[in-house]
Amino acid sequence: MVDAVDAPRVLKRSSGKVQVAQTTKIRDQDEQYWLSLIVRVRDDQDKKAFGDLFRHFAPRIKGFLMKSGSSDTLAEEVAQDVMATVWQKAGLFDPARASVATWIFTIARNRKIDILRKQRRPEPEDLPWGPSAEPDQEDTIALQQDTVRLRAAIAELPEKQRDLVKQAYFGELSHSEIATETGLPLGTIKSRIRLALERLRHELK
Amino acid sequence: MTYEIKHHLTEAVVMAYSAGTLPEAFNLLVAAHISMCDECRALVAAHEFVGGAILEDCEEIALSDDALEACFSKIETGAKDQILVPATPVSSQNENSVLPQPLQDYVGGDLDAVKWRKVGGGVQQAILRTSKEATVRLLRIPGGCEVPDHGHHGTEMTLVLQGAFRDEFSEFRAGDVEICDADVEHTPIALEGEDCICLAATDARLKFAGFLPKIAQPFLRI
Repeated sequence: MVDAVDAPRVLKRSSGKVQVAQTTKIRDQDEQYWLSLIVRVRDDQDKKAFGDLFRHFAPRIKGFLMKSGSSDTLAEEVAQDVMATVWQKAGLFDPARASVATWIFTIARNRKIDILRKQRRPEPEDLPWGPSAEPDQEDTIALQQDTVRLRAAIAELPEKQRDLVKQAYFGELSHSEIATETGLPLGTIKSRIRLALERLRHELK
Repeated sequence: MTYEIKHHLTEAVVMAYSAGTLPEAFNLLVAAHISMCDECRALVAAHEFVGGAILEDCEEIALSDDALEACFSKIETGAKDQILVPATPVSSQNENSVLPQPLQDYVGGDLDAVKWRKVGGGVQQAILRTSKEATVRLLRIPGGCEVPDHGHHGTEMTLVLQGAFRDEFSEFRAGDVEICDADVEHTPIALEGEDCICLAATDARLKFAGFLPKIAQPFLRI
């Protein structure tokens, strides 16, 4: 059942598609790469692709949760739950609205609230905008590029400021302790999502 | 909605919501607001990208050797409690409903399902069950009525769902949210016309300026 799991990395899958072997070499195309993996999980239930996603994201989810005050055991459990959800819900991932890391982050966050805090997480009213059958290629590419730029911008923030942002996400700051102006360059991503919302509302009319 | 929302969430609140660190009571208010406000919904989405970036650059902590296999067995047996995935494509929101969906989930229906309790001066309230760190209530204030002058120890957020109110600072209509930090004293008055329905969340007890309201405080549970 878990044929590809512990197998050494191979360059070709049975289907003949070329498989990138070393994740370290693809830094610049990270976003495109994770996207291609999740598409293979979604369309082909590709365990090898899932294994690559798992090896990359699961240790980060675990790290994130432990930074947020979770025990080793719980963080491990949650990381597995989150990745299982990634497999089960891959069909709901919409590359025109989120990067893979963003999507996984939101799943982990929701799980964290459910488990660590034993609370309900009120969900905003759902919009009927599951992934469209043919996500707009241009939108998708633009958004993934924004994602790369945002990561770079966060990395370039003065250390103190960057730490404050991280602390906010790890739950070390309450909302009243978060700076009113975070200085994060979010304008482009926000406008892009805003436009997508407008388009959706228009289609619904 | 023809009215253009003028009073939005602050970036700090949006960031805390996106990070998942707000108390449940505030979470509910934010979820209700962004159900009515695409501007803030987009801002939340943008902050989720920050979360993604932080996750991506987070220190890795190795899982146990059989973690992937364990994950596959979870997948095969089917996780019992499902994690909510953002943007599940269903929407049953009725155009005419006053309460946005997340509020309806707590109330168990729209406005007619709310169990109101009188709190004096014609004002009615219904406290919604959330975790203890903060409280959230629905308020129904008849047009022209006043909510007793009060300050607060912590943050108070008020979201207008129907009607309108004004206080010393501004006027607030359906969809608008007012965020008052500690030690702000204000006297909200519902504008003439239909009842003003608000959702108000506080993370500490309100303190009232007058003598009588202070006595009423334990009964109001605010």
